[in-house]
Amino acid sequence: MSLTGLSKSFRAARVLDGVDLEMEPGERVALVGANGAGKTTLIRCLLGEYVCEGRVAVAGLVPREQRREVLRRVGFVPQLPPPLKMPVAQLLRFAAALCESSPERMAGIAERLGLDPAPLARRPFERLSGGQKQKLLIAIALGRSADLLILDEPAANLDPGARAVFFDLLDERAAGTSMLISSHRLDEVASLVQRVIELEQGRVALDDRVADAAGLGTRLACRLLLSRADEAVGRALRTWGLDEVEGGTRWEGSIPGPDRLRFLGTVSRYAGLLVSLELREEPAADT
Amino acid sequence: MLRDFRLVARLDVVESLRARWFLVYALVFGGTVALLFAFGVTESRVLGFLGLSRLLVTYIQLCMAVLPVFVLITTVRSVAGDREAGVFEYLLALPVSLGGWFWGRMAGRFAVVFVPVFLAMAAGAGWAQIQAIPVPWELFAFYTALLAALAWCFLGIGMLISSLARSVDVAQGAAFVVWLLLVLFLDLILLGVMVQERVPAETAVAIALGNPLQVFRTAAMLLFDPQLVLLGPSAFVILDAFGRAGYLAWAIGYPLVLGTVSALVGFRIFRRGDLP
Repeated sequence: MSLTGLSKSFRAARVLDGVDLEMEPGERVALVGANGAGKTTLIRCLLGEYVCEGRVAVAGLVPREQRREVLRRVGFVPQLPPPLKMPVAQLLRFAAALCESSPERMAGIAERLGLDPAPLARRPFERLSGGQKQKLLIAIALGRSADLLILDEPAANLDPGARAVFFDLLDERAAGTSMLISSHRLDEVASLVQRVIELEQGRVALDDRVADAAGLGTRLACRLLLSRADEAVGRALRTWGLDEVEGGTRWEGSIPGPDRLRFLGTVSRYAGLLVSLELREEPAADT
Repeated sequence: MLRDFRLVARLDVVESLRARWFLVYALVFGGTVALLFAFGVTESRVLGFLGLSRLLVTYIQLCMAVLPVFVLITTVRSVAGDREAGVFEYLLALPVSLGGWFWGRMAGRFAVVFVPVFLAMAAGAGWAQIQAIPVPWELFAFYTALLAALAWCFLGIGMLISSLARSVDVAQGAAFVVWLLLVLFLDLILLGVMVQERVPAETAVAIALGNPLQVFRTAAMLLFDPQLVLLGPSAFVILDAFGRAGYLAWAIGYPLVLGTVSALVGFRIFRRGDLP
């Protein structure tokens, strides 16, 4: 993917101002910035949805002019689920037909994320919960062939279990697929990517490598000791898949490597009860 | 392109069938026919017409009042609303051709706006057959063609407005203004202006021939009042220039062309501008 001098204005407001960017095949890049920095506009230019100045190319193709050829190679998860009235089964059929995939493949990904589409087949998409919508949109983006994944705050509505599966799914695609993951918080996506690009008022303010050796599929063994048992802490730790070992004071389990910051954020809420915490990388499982 | 067109048309039909506006729309037209039967319109005699002809004439007049504004408002609300709500952002990120998307939506929408109107009329004809009331099939066929042309025409205008307007409020306001202008240029108001402002007759007739609502109204009248007595002086010009068959062809052909040209301009704007 390559952007050269990309600019976009809405009347007097210049939202993107001469953005230059190159992304190599297989590279995972975080696109971060405050609200209004230009992240969504940049994504829409990449998808060929906006007319813009400068040059945009995906695999050497111009999205605006060769949109079908480009979009066949791009999987997209939007930040806000669209209010589609069509039933879940029809959405899967529609997306699969356009993307030359199969509804079963997409449904399979949804099931791995903890959402069985079969009982929801006739329910309008807009009536699903926030998490269900997000899982289905991820399933559509990942249940097809794509050289580039554009994910706009993809895991914001997912529970820890689904996030872990989501990281595994990204890991499975990591070898041949480039990923552009947008977020307004770096800590949400830093562990998923190799490179961070920060946008500020429509310009690239930072383009840096992430010093993190952890892969997407790593897991961290976790041991946690509390000064006393507490019901609220117990509930929070169970959602992360940790098991109670000793009367509610000792907890063990494993958490997804890319989610370590988020896990520490959860634990920090109960820092007063924390006696010790150990996170150790587990050896990679043979697949 | 054809596959995209078929998929999007089907999608639009399914989305519309689940929308509240469609329920109201179907109830309005189905209810109108039911009410016309219930109030014994088939039993009354007007201008020598009775039976189902009378019902069809009344129904077509009601359609002229309701169909254009309904098609315009629901089309712009739905298309501009989808754009505003982020539906375009997501669905147009899938590998669908813009032609397949635009024309597929238009075809799907045409099906959902025309079929209830036609089915209500067909149900009336069916019920008349059961009740042994004679059905004027020629009139029925012409009215079907006229309604299809009218629906297509306002759908095309609606798609054009949706391509031009960036928000639901603007689109809805513009649609209402277009409808109001066309209503203002219906024959009675036009004749009034002619008398007051001494506008040349040719100008008034040209305006009447260019206004799809007026064209539809005149053609509907022509089918049950061949001399256009009800229309007044402009009838002479119309009948002299076209003849009965020529005017009916104009009444079906012109709205179809106007709707298609409007939609083509709308598509050009849609394709060249920002999509979401």
